[in-house]
Amino acid sequence: MNIYVCIKQVPDTESKIKLNSDASFIDTAAVKWVMNPYDENAVEEAIKLKTSQEGSKVTIISVGPKKRTTEALRTALAMGADDAILVDGPDYLAPNLTAKALAKTIEQEGKTDNTQIFTGKLAIDFNNSSVSQMLAEHLNLPHATVVSKFETTGAETTVQREVEGGSFEVIQLKGSNVVAANKGLNTPRYASLPGIMKAKKKPLKEINLSDLGISEEDGALSYSAFQLPAEKPPVQMIDGEAPAQAKELVSLLRNSAKVI
Amino acid sequence: MSKILVFCEFNNGLIKKGALELLSIAKNSGAEVMSAIIGKGAQDMAQQSAHYGAAKSFVLESDDFSNYNSESYTHVMADIIQQSGAEIVLASSSMLAKDLFPRVAVKTNSAVANDCHELEISGGNVTVRRALYAGKCTAQVDFKTSGPKIILMRANQLPVNDADTALSSEVVVITAPQIDLKTLIKEIVKGTSEKLDLTEANIIVSGGRGLKDKDSYYSLLEPLADTLGATLGASRAIVDSGWCTHGMQVGQTGKTVAPTLYIACGISGAIQHIAGLTGSKVIVAINKDPDAPIFKKSTYGIVGDVFDVVPKLTEEFKNIL
Repeated sequence: MNIYVCIKQVPDTESKIKLNSDASFIDTAAVKWVMNPYDENAVEEAIKLKTSQEGSKVTIISVGPKKRTTEALRTALAMGADDAILVDGPDYLAPNLTAKALAKTIEQEGKTDNTQIFTGKLAIDFNNSSVSQMLAEHLNLPHATVVSKFETTGAETTVQREVEGGSFEVIQLKGSNVVAANKGLNTPRYASLPGIMKAKKKPLKEINLSDLGISEEDGALSYSAFQLPAEKPPVQMIDGEAPAQAKELVSLLRNSAKVI
Repeated sequence: MSKILVFCEFNNGLIKKGALELLSIAKNSGAEVMSAIIGKGAQDMAQQSAHYGAAKSFVLESDDFSNYNSESYTHVMADIIQQSGAEIVLASSSMLAKDLFPRVAVKTNSAVANDCHELEISGGNVTVRRALYAGKCTAQVDFKTSGPKIILMRANQLPVNDADTALSSEVVVITAPQIDLKTLIKEIVKGTSEKLDLTEANIIVSGGRGLKDKDSYYSLLEPLADTLGATLGASRAIVDSGWCTHGMQVGQTGKTVAPTLYIACGISGAIQHIAGLTGSKVIVAINKDPDAPIFKKSTYGIVGDVFDVVPKLTEEFKNIL
């Protein structure tokens, strides 16, 4: 089985976001970069699947600037993936562009039958939760997002995914498919020291967007006029004992904020 | 006149509030408004969408479409968009819409922006902003596509017009496509709660470590949430401890929310949690620790023990609601 995991490098959740001088993007120098947290679940599921399906290979693909994205790919290799492909791209990645680049890379690698593709359910930078569905549409494969349980025989894949209001649905996908991992799917392993050493020697192929016939126009969506959230007015503290505090709060919510 | 298509989800015989907000803003802009309604009971929803401004409704009424299936819905939605000639497609940013529209965007040569929180439409121009980094900053969305602009708006951001029951809509019947589906829905396991999803909720009561254990999380917060008709939320710490499911987590690695009122009980306010709730209109924090970072981001703050304050608060709300 061909197993692909599409990952993205994103600012760490503890990173403070600052803007660049003309507010046309964030200040990328002020950021600590990590693998997108949901992508760790995707990598873990791929490695688990590989061990249960003899003769499988796990390939990690990421689109992003070469100078930093290589690190995220090495992390995934250290977790246990076999090889990696880096598609050198800009700091800002529109979902349409990323999905097209991933689809073309997978097509170039060979056929898409007997293929399992994993992604995270969303990247925590631009929060689009779009790439997995777009990738599936490009490759004409079925997809499932927000997946918390995964089983496959190769011919048939059964997943449990979260839908609205805490409900779940169990769906079955026929043949090759794209699955977007949610947190509860598994517990991602840490890269071991021998894993990290081995990862340095694993194959990492580099390609350019132009090799795939992709240009920036394929992005179709971009951003301008970045803003940090407006400073909230200072908090109004409510003093006293619990009964008085509760009374006062309810009165403020009803009469002053008018939200109740 | 620009053409705007609004995708209307419905539940229990009513179009959801998020879609009504979008029909209203589309109508107020003077555009030609159309609605897209799919599923069992869709026929009855067409006239409801007319009361809020849809002059034409694309309707697929079918038992086979009572549950969402990404493949068949993609076909139908792309078909409706093409038939409608819409330049702008609006939908509430629900879990269903977020799953569906990226696929539809590829099929219709368009782009999609989800979780938008600001929307202005005037003439044929549309101005949209959305939150990035789970709310750590916002930016204007610039579409550079030949296809329609697909905009998924967060619910509770826009006013709803009064229904005008004199209005009616021309119904265009859509037939179910004959496709060999590779996606099958086997089972739907209903959650215990019939409440609105966190992403659509108008009021959220959320809890953290300060509630000590799972039992007190539910025994303290459920009565408060029930009184307010609120949805329950949780911090990452207590989701990781297994008190709550991941679907209840608010924050950068959980859900980004935008309610009118967010009540944080025993939550200290880690940066990744705060990032998920900055879209809230009013934030209330109740915490023992006067230095908890959550207070800096709150509208109202109470320094006190959640075990004392929350029951009193529930009582006070019961008195007035």
